[in-house]
Amino acid sequence: MSAIRLHKALGRVWASEPGWRGWLTTVNHTDLGRMFLFVAALYFVIGGILAMLIRAQLASPRSAFMGPEVYAQVFTMHGTIMMFLFAIPLFEGVAVYLLPKLLGSRDLAFPRLTAYGFWCYAFGGAMLIFALLAGIAPDGGWFMYPPLTGPIYAPGINTDFWLIGITFVEISAICAAVEITVTVLRCRAPGMSLDRMPIFGWYALVTAVMILTGFPPLILGSILLELERAFGMPFFQVAEGGDSLLWQHLFWLFGHPEVYIIFLPAAGIVSTVLPVLARTTLLGYGWIVAAAVSLGVLSFGLWVHHMFTTGIPHMGLAFFSAASTLVAVPTAVQIFAWIGTLWKGRPALRLPMLWLLSFFATFVIGGLTGVMVAVVPFDWQVHDTHFIVAHLHYVLVGGFVFPMLAGLYYWLPHLTGRRRFFRIGEIAFWLVAVSFHVTFLAVHWAGLLGQRRRTFTFGPDDAWSLLNLVASIGSFVLAIGFALVILDVLVNALIAARGTRNPWGAGTLEWAMPTPPAAYNFASLPEVADRDPLWADPDLPVRIARGEGYLAGAERGRREILAVDVASGRPVQVVVLPGNTALPIAMSAATGGIFLGLLLKTYWLVPLAALVVAAMAIRWVWCLGTDADAGPQAVGHGLRLPLASDSADPPGWWGSLFLIGTSLTLFGSLLFGYAFLWTVAPNWPPPSYLHSGWASPALAGIGSLLACLGIRLAQRRLRRGRLPLVPLGAVTAGCGALVAAAVTVMAGTSHDAHAYDAVAWVLAGHAILHAGVPGLMSLVVLAAALRARLSAARSGPVHVLRLWTDHAAAVTVIGLVAIWLPGWLT
Amino acid sequence: MLDPAGPAAETIARLWWIMLAGGGAIFVLVMALLLLAFRESGAEAGAGARRERVWILGLGLGFPLTVLAALLASALWVGERLLPRPAPEVVGVGAVARQWDWRFTYDDAPGRVTRGVLHIPAGRPVDVRITTEDVIHSFWAPRLAGKIDAIPGHVNVLRLEAWAPGDYAGASSEYNGPGYLGHGFIVRAHDPEAWRAFLADAPT
Repeated sequence: MSAIRLHKALGRVWASEPGWRGWLTTVNHTDLGRMFLFVAALYFVIGGILAMLIRAQLASPRSAFMGPEVYAQVFTMHGTIMMFLFAIPLFEGVAVYLLPKLLGSRDLAFPRLTAYGFWCYAFGGAMLIFALLAGIAPDGGWFMYPPLTGPIYAPGINTDFWLIGITFVEISAICAAVEITVTVLRCRAPGMSLDRMPIFGWYALVTAVMILTGFPPLILGSILLELERAFGMPFFQVAEGGDSLLWQHLFWLFGHPEVYIIFLPAAGIVSTVLPVLARTTLLGYGWIVAAAVSLGVLSFGLWVHHMFTTGIPHMGLAFFSAASTLVAVPTAVQIFAWIGTLWKGRPALRLPMLWLLSFFATFVIGGLTGVMVAVVPFDWQVHDTHFIVAHLHYVLVGGFVFPMLAGLYYWLPHLTGRRRFFRIGEIAFWLVAVSFHVTFLAVHWAGLLGQRRRTFTFGPDDAWSLLNLVASIGSFVLAIGFALVILDVLVNALIAARGTRNPWGAGTLEWAMPTPPAAYNFASLPEVADRDPLWADPDLPVRIARGEGYLAGAERGRREILAVDVASGRPVQVVVLPGNTALPIAMSAATGGIFLGLLLKTYWLVPLAALVVAAMAIRWVWCLGTDADAGPQAVGHGLRLPLASDSADPPGWWGSLFLIGTSLTLFGSLLFGYAFLWTVAPNWPPPSYLHSGWASPALAGIGSLLACLGIRLAQRRLRRGRLPLVPLGAVTAGCGALVAAAVTVMAGTSHDAHAYDAVAWVLAGHAILHAGVPGLMSLVVLAAALRARLSAARSGPVHVLRLWTDHAAAVTVIGLVAIWLPGWLT
Repeated sequence: MLDPAGPAAETIARLWWIMLAGGGAIFVLVMALLLLAFRESGAEAGAGARRERVWILGLGLGFPLTVLAALLASALWVGERLLPRPAPEVVGVGAVARQWDWRFTYDDAPGRVTRGVLHIPAGRPVDVRITTEDVIHSFWAPRLAGKIDAIPGHVNVLRLEAWAPGDYAGASSEYNGPGYLGHGFIVRAHDPEAWRAFLADAPT
């Protein structure tokens, strides 16, 4: 078949709907990647405008431009927007757009989930922007320390917008992270073993796993603080057994990994772009992978370095200080590997390379000041001054924005299919590169002189008066520079001449397709035998287009990709992906209903919206099943593979596995919080413990046994070709018993009496949710069994259910025992 | 903090200047290596294994490990010296923060409470026990010492000392609401005579 006919056939199957409906119903990663990038850029502009307001206010002493209340909203929202609505979603956008192309796949593992995540991001972000425009935006600083953000000192709705809006947005981060993890592990080109994977794939994998383990503590913290604000559950109020330090631990357990979650994707871009522009290969691929992984691990061991001034014993601080400086080592490995790569090759000073050079200069300074503030005594002085503000801008702008701009200019021809013609970008680069240092070197110095961050003005006699004027002037030039970058991208995207394919002479697969890319990426999936397939075989793009790879065209009239073995990249399944659907946007709107109900305290809306979400979720998974075993499918080159829906571990099983990992991190954080309050909070132990009696523990024991045995029996029966109706019923009953046991905990305690009681309620609520979900799932699987949608081959749903059942039994029993144990012992 | 008026602040200021010099040298080194990569003579010779040894094992691992070990050891030593350890001559005072004032109490003059001004003797170490009645604040007199937070339900102790009599500005250094900017205090260091007079409740 000719390339053109293949293109037409694939286009019919993969294309999004025409017109505006296409935006709402698309599940295609190229579309959604662009949407993520566009919305993230929009938030960057909004956050940038807020930054300009701050610098305008601080340009002159005793400025009457903003009062302290407005200023508090502005600096809180600047930090919040840049962190949660710009940096993380920009990574998601880059990964969503690029990963399948780099990995030689046609789409991500869960296209509808990508769309659902995007709409959660869009709706959650809109809530925060609404608060900003209405003048009721959060105002407690982007890290929201209680008690200042608690019900007593912040009674208004401002803080609720943060807690609820950000949690809503974080759904999208979790979705994207599950998506990225499963895609990198399972949806690569045939033959692309892990050691042949493009380096960005490794960085994306580490980042995604970090999101899965780093975000749960913050989500938990937000839930606890919102529960305290809405229902008086005293997690952070010292008089009732809470402790405000718990928030700081939970926040920075998230907050520090967050910095590396932001940096690592940018480092992935440096590792991808820099060797191509130096016309060589990356020096020390294995070392860089090891460095990225160890950064990911180490970053979870240094959250306390944001808390050096909270009175933690000095030897405890010494440990975290050591960890914080140690984290500089894998960073140094990467920096020197990159410079070594430049020495190895013949670097060309093109525009992306300029941005990379600016990245080096800025990020190295940020890293050095980072080591300085990791030194405990020095931090005692500069903590909460403008020195920290300057340091974090060096790290985040230098370590994230500049590499992202290098990436933007590197992949712009890919996004647009055009060649840059207007050379505004070079002027913009010099404006940004120079004025950034003018601005933030001045801010460093102002901090050293004693200017505290978050003070809304200063007197004319303060030593930092002139420095602030310098910083403000610098920042306005900086803003002009960024505006010119946007202008440059816009004019070159809209009216520049069409360019050639692979303008940089890169070796990775994203350049093996015509640009801008078609919805299906590859007309056939290439067999990969090298880390840089395009250098190994320059004719590869033509052979792909001619359909010489796997799954050429769309013969079966549906969207198909390959799933591969995790390590070797050997193809093992054909995954049929869903087509265009409005289900994701509808479901995220319904999810928004839950959050809106909580925000506006119209609590009747919450269960209603949750019911709608559950109904949609059932419809969501129901579409994945089939009525009969399809048998092996021909994928080309004489290979026949089973469908994912005919397999024991479809992508949904892998997704569940990682989602459960995330859930366990949240549960672990909750147990950590309980232990922390018990040992550190002043007003412990509580006046009385819950005495469980024997009935509730027996109920929990029987329930977990019934559920765990039932699901195993169901698996066995199904393997022998029999429908496991009774065992599935046992799972339902077991989950019901677990829920009932948890309800007795709530009945025996008063949620707002003491932090112990409040924790008991949260653990019980957690158990109800996590046992209720598999209970509901077992009913769905039961229905599937009755409709003959299960068989020995089509057993995926039962395996997925087993993951969730075991998880439910574990967290319910452990959580309830943690509450009952003190009562048993006294 | 660059104009120290007490031993704790002086130690930290010295640490800063040393780190600035070291950090500056490292920055220049890295930038020089970076720019040398762009010199005309092009690719430098050398086998792949040797290149990895130099760049990754030497510069990437060995170099930062050495520098950081030295820095950490000295920082730990400095930090230990700054801790409030029992010593003769130590004066105990209490500081209670709230939105938005500071109240100070004195172990040597029970019942004395001053608002907005902390009186201390010059030339003697002072342990400030810091806590709060409402939200989190932070006690910071930059010319004398680093800062430590005032946290509900907890008491943190900060050691400070002023070499000479005089007034030293202090401020809360953890955002605490709209009154944050003005939430300052003064540390007034007295010579021995004035300190005795203060304790005896004479106007100072």
